[in-house]
Amino acid sequence: MNRAVPMIRLTVNGAARPVAADPARRLSDVLREDLGLTGTKVGCDAGDCGACTVLIDGAPVCACLTPAAQAEGCEIRTVEGLSQTAEGGAALGALQRAFLRHGAAQCGICTPGMLMAATALLKEVATPTEDQARAALGGVLCRCTGYGRIIAAVCDAGRDMVGPAPSAGAAVGAALERLDGLPKVDGTEAFGADLWPAGALVVRAVRAPHPAARFVFGDLIDWAGPRQVRVFTAADIAGENRFGVIPPFADQPALAEGEARLRGEAIAIVVGEAEVMATLDLDDFPVIWEPLDPVTDPEAAAGARAVLAARPDNVLTRGRVVQGDAAVGLAGAAHVAEATARTSFVEHAYIEPEAGLAWLEGDVLAIRACTQAPVMDRDDVARVLGLAPGKVRIIPSAVGGGFGSKLDVSLQPLIGLAALKTGRPCRMVYSRTESMQSTTKRHPARMRARIGADASGRICGMDFEGTFDTGAYASWGPTVANRVPVHASGPYRTPNYRAETVAMHTNNPVAGAFRGFGVPQAAVVQEAAYDDLAQALGMDRLAFRRLNALAEGERSVCGQEMRGVGIGACLDALTPRWEAALAEVAEFNAAGGTVKRGIGVASCWYGCGNTALPNPSTVRAGITRDGRLVLHQGATDIGQGSNTVIPQIFADALGVAVAEIALVGPDTFLTPDCGKTSASRQTVVTGNAALRAGWALRAQILARTNRGDDARITLAPGKLLVADRTGTAEIALADLAAGAQGYVLMAEESYDPPTEPLDENGQGVPYAVYGYGAHLAEVAVDMMLGTVKVGRITAAHDLGRVVNPLLALGQIEGGIAQGLGMALMEEYVPGRTENLHDYLIPTTGDMPRIDPILIEVPDPKGPLGAKGLGEHVLIPTAPAILSAIRHASGARVTHLPALPHRVLRAIREAGR
Amino acid sequence: MSAWHRPASLTEAIGLLAEGGVVAAGCTDLFPATRRQALSGPVIDLTRVAEMRGISETRGGWRFGAAVRWSEVLSAALPPAFDGLKAAAREVGSVQIQNAGTLGGNLCNASPAADGVPGLLTLEAEVELAGPAGMRRLPLAAFLAGARRTALAPGEVLVAIHVPSHAAAGRGAFLKLGARRYLVISIAMVAARLVVKGGRIDRAAVAVGACGPVASRLPALEAALAGIAPEDAAAAVSEALVAPALAPIGDVRGDAEYRGVVAVELVRRALRGLAAEGMR
Ligand SMILES: Cc1cc2nc3c(=O)[nH]c(=O)nc-3n(C[C@H](O)[C@H](O)[C@H](O)COP(=O)(O)OP(=O)(O)OC[C@H]3O[C@@H](n4cnc5c(N)ncnc54)[C@H](O)[C@@H]3O)c2cc1C
Ligand code: FES
Ligand code: FES
Repeated sequence: MNRAVPMIRLTVNGAARPVAADPARRLSDVLREDLGLTGTKVGCDAGDCGACTVLIDGAPVCACLTPAAQAEGCEIRTVEGLSQTAEGGAALGALQRAFLRHGAAQCGICTPGMLMAATALLKEVATPTEDQARAALGGVLCRCTGYGRIIAAVCDAGRDMVGPAPSAGAAVGAALERLDGLPKVDGTEAFGADLWPAGALVVRAVRAPHPAARFVFGDLIDWAGPRQVRVFTAADIAGENRFGVIPPFADQPALAEGEARLRGEAIAIVVGEAEVMATLDLDDFPVIWEPLDPVTDPEAAAGARAVLAARPDNVLTRGRVVQGDAAVGLAGAAHVAEATARTSFVEHAYIEPEAGLAWLEGDVLAIRACTQAPVMDRDDVARVLGLAPGKVRIIPSAVGGGFGSKLDVSLQPLIGLAALKTGRPCRMVYSRTESMQSTTKRHPARMRARIGADASGRICGMDFEGTFDTGAYASWGPTVANRVPVHASGPYRTPNYRAETVAMHTNNPVAGAFRGFGVPQAAVVQEAAYDDLAQALGMDRLAFRRLNALAEGERSVCGQEMRGVGIGACLDALTPRWEAALAEVAEFNAAGGTVKRGIGVASCWYGCGNTALPNPSTVRAGITRDGRLVLHQGATDIGQGSNTVIPQIFADALGVAVAEIALVGPDTFLTPDCGKTSASRQTVVTGNAALRAGWALRAQILARTNRGDDARITLAPGKLLVADRTGTAEIALADLAAGAQGYVLMAEESYDPPTEPLDENGQGVPYAVYGYGAHLAEVAVDMMLGTVKVGRITAAHDLGRVVNPLLALGQIEGGIAQGLGMALMEEYVPGRTENLHDYLIPTTGDMPRIDPILIEVPDPKGPLGAKGLGEHVLIPTAPAILSAIRHASGARVTHLPALPHRVLRAIREAGR
Repeated sequence: MSAWHRPASLTEAIGLLAEGGVVAAGCTDLFPATRRQALSGPVIDLTRVAEMRGISETRGGWRFGAAVRWSEVLSAALPPAFDGLKAAAREVGSVQIQNAGTLGGNLCNASPAADGVPGLLTLEAEVELAGPAGMRRLPLAAFLAGARRTALAPGEVLVAIHVPSHAAAGRGAFLKLGARRYLVISIAMVAARLVVKGGRIDRAAVAVGACGPVASRLPALEAALAGIAPEDAAAAVSEALVAPALAPIGDVRGDAEYRGVVAVELVRRALRGLAAEGMR
């Protein structure tokens, strides 16, 4: 125990770095904690994600699996070493520049690992093929990009070029590199786990080993004392121990009180010095568990033990949209198709587990953590800890992927409690297993749809029912229950419609927001029924969809008159490839063999922003006395690109080059609220606010100088130059008085998308702006093994106005990767797939060729016509793949994911 | 704080182990098994033990040091009988895992899904063990006692894996089935090695993994293959010749019935592939 700490002589990036450390420690931990080299990321501590990849004597290894002792005497190379020039200066290497140019880094958490693995490859092969790149990067997971941009960057690293730098007025539409890209490729980006002051205390949580159990603590003081730690429980919480993203439903305790309702729920935190916490064993924590019979089946939950006393029937909420009479519509149909589908819990699997730091700034509690929703975090933390919201400051760290799960608070109240109680900075990093056990998932759904068409193929009625397993607490369950009935028709003209949903509580993981809020599940059953109808009608599947696609000015199932409808254009754009692929498939399959090919198609539509509820964004922009233009961009960028897209929109509105803008991010003390990064709303809602802020600032400047609308604004040190045909006017900024915010010129504008409340039948205007898309999937099914290889996806998306084609492509490829995972491999089973070893997400080798088609049918309410994209992209992927599997093999897979054993069983049931 | 020992010789390693501690090689199985940032020791790191390093041809056949990493197997010049083992090496986890994980660790960890085992079974591998009581050799099948159980006695280490020269003949193949391309644990896997003489199969060795607590050879099938033409081998495979050797279970990766079915198909494909290779 008291052995002296030995010196380990490490050589990192060419420099001797001796360090006194336990030789049996993971190299990743020594690099990060002892040497401050936080560019090496930790996503799993188990070799499964590759984020920690470093080079040891040139060979890529996982630093998390390498004992420090084994690295002694070797050359260790980390991401920080990539930007070192031979002369000892700092400059990006060609590979890093290629990553920027190709948009290979979205959130950036996987980027260091990717860069290191690629560096090893490029040393062997200067210009690798795509296959070589895929094989070399197969051990690094990325959840954002779908790998396409990464592979492109690696293959293109030899050709060193510079990306576009649009001039004033030309930013929107340009394939601009991310404005926040540099730190993502040089290893300096500070994610939740990457920043802490020396001496910060470490927080760990004690978690429930059972899905449902009552508990009592033993003697906590007796346990904590000799271990030199402190323990805090629900009893230490000063506020209301309940949080939740939808305040009227808030029901989740930060620390459970006497009863745990899901496996992995936190019941206490332990706080102590880092050295103590590193070796602390929580297995003997004094708690006595009394397991309860868990409620696990959402369909049997109605009569079961109440998971939450406040909801005795285990019903969280119901959703409903009714238009016309579905029964009448179906009765009059020439053909009726009935489809059922069952989906699984899907884990967000961002590569960054939750992490953050809390500290006190006077009487203000400051929290820097990964989040998608700073202001909601502030309010939840304030409520739980009994503070005024103004006494909580949330500073989002760089976020290593969110996809919906980082909308809910996770560790924020826990580290906040620790900081308040100890008065010291407190930090916490979830383990991969903690992250998977305790944070939200995609709702598993059991769905049934009956859809009818008349003899000419027109839809005449639809009836949909879905039961969603919402888990132990509310989270975004109400949103899912409401979004699904609004969207379950798909972007198709559907008179006589009834869609009803129910979100049931169980002792399963909390189901919350995940890219699409339930709509991807609903599309699976609706599109399957569409395939049946096309077959019954003897119609081509694509032509059938085109016939029923919503047209401009038609009404949705909510009775909303639709404008800027792009689904027809998307389906039309697929037609050439559809026809070619049909012929190729027929020829391939005619040759016989155990592999059969097939193609499938599916559509999406998706309303941007909250469903019939306000969700404003406010953007502030100002010019300082010394002539700096500052944009307070409050839309949290979790990799999707708001830090680039919003400035692009703003720059064009004001009429300056993007390069002139300095960004201030979403800090609740510095930047007005731009709402949450969810519901594909930031480009539309914050984009509209940015547009208005740009216009307003421009109007002020033009008014002051009395120049015309077409005047050119130039920023210069201490002054603004405004030129038009009549000449150049100057504003001497030093002569102006600075306002309370420190700006001599300032504009602040808000935008809230105009919606109308839904009545008891779901009729109204749920969203101001919708986006559309359609995918064509081409697959090969091994008829003997049941394995599916997706070969190609053609993805047509209507963006209204493409603000940044490079970022749009990244969203499309990344969304398809998640849709492919949901279709083929992703199934979270509590207690069994709580790590990235058993829970599978696509690797480089699982992704198809992707051919994106960007379509612009302007939306009258979108900024410059733009629509959202982030969630849309994954909605059609799974149904299109399932449709293609069926086309290839006859297998109708109704239980997702379509794992090989399920596909093979379905092939046999289809009698092939 | 754990003591970390890096013995250079086998004698030293066994001496250290006699005082207690855990044995480590590439640590790719050891680290995922702990939530901690450090392995608890004392740790006896075998990666520098001279007797456990390198791949060499010996008088009796081929010798693989237990601490040989998967990437070393991949880059070694080996006869075609080892093609299956090489194919397995390429499928273990990822490049990162192959650069760290060792053959010895794979066998001693004794996972039912260890990708190294079927290939080594078809190569008639024997393991060389050393401990306080001296040295002994066991057939690999006898060494693997069950899921996560081996015949290692306390204080004993795996020193090397031997492939006898008679088994280094012919050509080997390996097929792995998983639910994704990289970084995946096998749902089922198959290794096969055929020795062909005069257009007929002289000797066949076939093994299936991840379909029972340990991978196993298929003696009934091997007997049925002897004497037939390689191009007829796949057609000679039947469920009756494969299933009796397996004891598949159902888990999150696939159900038991599925494993039984695909094992038969993978055996056919491995044999078909070997027949095609042989004709080139
Ligand atoms: C992400 C990931 C993916 C993986 N994918 C695969 C895969 O696809 N297929 C597969 O088969 N495996 C896989 N593995 C498991 C592992 O990488 C292999 O089993 C590897 O060969 C283990 O070797 P090692 O040297 O790292 O073992 P270690 O972790 O060092 O040791 C494993 C065990 O064996 C003991 N041991 C090691 N060497 C000796 C010896 N010479 N004598 C006695 N005992 C010894 C150790 O004490 C320990 O109990 C994967 C692991 C990870 C982390
Ligand atoms: S952190 Fe090392 S592989 Fe995930
Ligand atoms: S960019 Fe790869 S995980 Fe986010």
